[in-house]
Amino acid sequence: MLARLALTDEEIQRLTGELAAIVEYAAAVSSLDTADVPPTAHPLPLVNVFRPDDPGPALDRDEVLAQAPATEHGQFRVPRILSDAP
Amino acid sequence: MSAHDIASVVREGERLAQDVVEEYLAEIDARESELHSFNHVLAVEARDAAAAVDAAVARGDDPGPLAGVPVALKDNMCTRGVPTTCSSKILEGWRPPYSATVVERVVAAGGIPIGKTNLDEFAMGSSTENSAFGPTRNPRNLDRVPGGSSGGSAAAVAAGFAAVGLGSDTGGSIRQPAALSGVVGIKPTYGLVSRYGLIAFASSLDQIGPLSESVNDAALLLEVIAGHDPLDSTSIPEPAPGLRETLDAGVDGLRVGIVEELADAEGVQPDVAAAVEQAALALEKEGATVERVSVPSAAYGLSAYYLIAPAEASSNLARYDGVRYGLRVDGPDTATMNARTRDAGFGPEVKRRVMLGTYALSAGYYDAYYGQAQRVRTLIIRDFARAYDRFDVLLGPTSPTTAFELGAKTADPLSMYLSDVCTVPTSLAGHPAASVPFGVDGDGLPIGVQVLAPALGEPVMFRVARTIEVAAP
Repeated sequence: MLARLALTDEEIQRLTGELAAIVEYAAAVSSLDTADVPPTAHPLPLVNVFRPDDPGPALDRDEVLAQAPATEHGQFRVPRILSDAP
Repeated sequence: MSAHDIASVVREGERLAQDVVEEYLAEIDARESELHSFNHVLAVEARDAAAAVDAAVARGDDPGPLAGVPVALKDNMCTRGVPTTCSSKILEGWRPPYSATVVERVVAAGGIPIGKTNLDEFAMGSSTENSAFGPTRNPRNLDRVPGGSSGGSAAAVAAGFAAVGLGSDTGGSIRQPAALSGVVGIKPTYGLVSRYGLIAFASSLDQIGPLSESVNDAALLLEVIAGHDPLDSTSIPEPAPGLRETLDAGVDGLRVGIVEELADAEGVQPDVAAAVEQAALALEKEGATVERVSVPSAAYGLSAYYLIAPAEASSNLARYDGVRYGLRVDGPDTATMNARTRDAGFGPEVKRRVMLGTYALSAGYYDAYYGQAQRVRTLIIRDFARAYDRFDVLLGPTSPTTAFELGAKTADPLSMYLSDVCTVPTSLAGHPAASVPFGVDGDGLPIGVQVLAPALGEPVMFRVARTIEVAAP
């Protein structure tokens, strides 16, 4: 559900075995002692990169919308978002 | 002819860029059908760009250091108005409304984009077989893969379809195909090259770099694309180091460490291990000292990588939802439309990684998997830092094996992942690394030796790479 993939039963069956083997291999990380070791999310010591709040050129709206599967009134169009369920 | 030589004769007006481009297009016409290195050949655009370069020379203007040089672009780099697919059905037909900074810089330097090259879908793979548009073959042996995921760029350069190429490297995707295809491949320091317009896979790892026939041409192209870009907030806000002025400075007095965890990794082919030893001897002969060194946590690099990279990918690929661009498969509501679109548009490897990443990030498992992998990443950075206290550069194989046969690893994803065992550790540290061709194995297939350097250590890394290139059998 989180991944938003409508997998077929056949895909689910195949993935179950493949992912089990991969997760088992990756779980080797748990054998290292990492008490008091901070996590690294990003290899550079860059934090909070700011720029002046000056408006600059933006992408052309019509050019961007021309790539969308469905548009209406200058906006992206999607199917209904809420279901009928209570 | 090298990229360097092409640029100098075109700049001097001794040769037309248009003639250079025609020569390369003729090579593509002759052999591309057996290799499939390109998703799109930009014949019309390349001819127009070459005419513009020639016009500049005729006016007395300098078109720049890549004047008339045909450049192959991996098809995950946005090119305005030109299809950019990531070799995925989900982006088939998409024409980006802007170009990547690297593409702008190549063109501003007089370079000629000659085609968009094939890759493993969204750069996920080590053989270029995970492409929705069919595999690329290795120009050195058509039964073999060119490596991946930048296999199209590696094959295009090896086949002479482009003078140089650009690839992207997340866990080895420039270096491993360079090794398997017998060309030079450079993964620069994380942040040295702008990723603006590079379609994201794993944002804390992705980096763009050159593929070329020679170390000198790789330095030329990297000098053009490196440097701060305000459009990429992760790009390093300092001037990029010069590379070519010190390229031939030699290695006298340098301290070189052979990384045991890479050289002795499981599955390293004896011919490959021998090539690393010979390259080390060649460096010793030129005045470097060579010792073996242990980077203990590097042995856990691949495990950590296959938690971190899929986790980031599952987040980055959430944008392919059938709303703003690319494929849409309709459904009664938006959530169903999203799920149907993604199931139809993504290939099996992308689905595996999205599932794996979603799992590694899920509430009950976050700390055991993703969190633990991030802490192991810190250990790897610390272990490399200790090694660089004693050594200027480190050495190892690029790939444990030479080019394998098409289909050999497609049935077993984990065996494919092991192709990256020697390239992943330094990627996690954000450090630069180079793969340099060094001889062939018993079947005549190219071997790559990997040179690793600390962050922004490109100048010394290129000197070592150049020395290995000169000594190569």
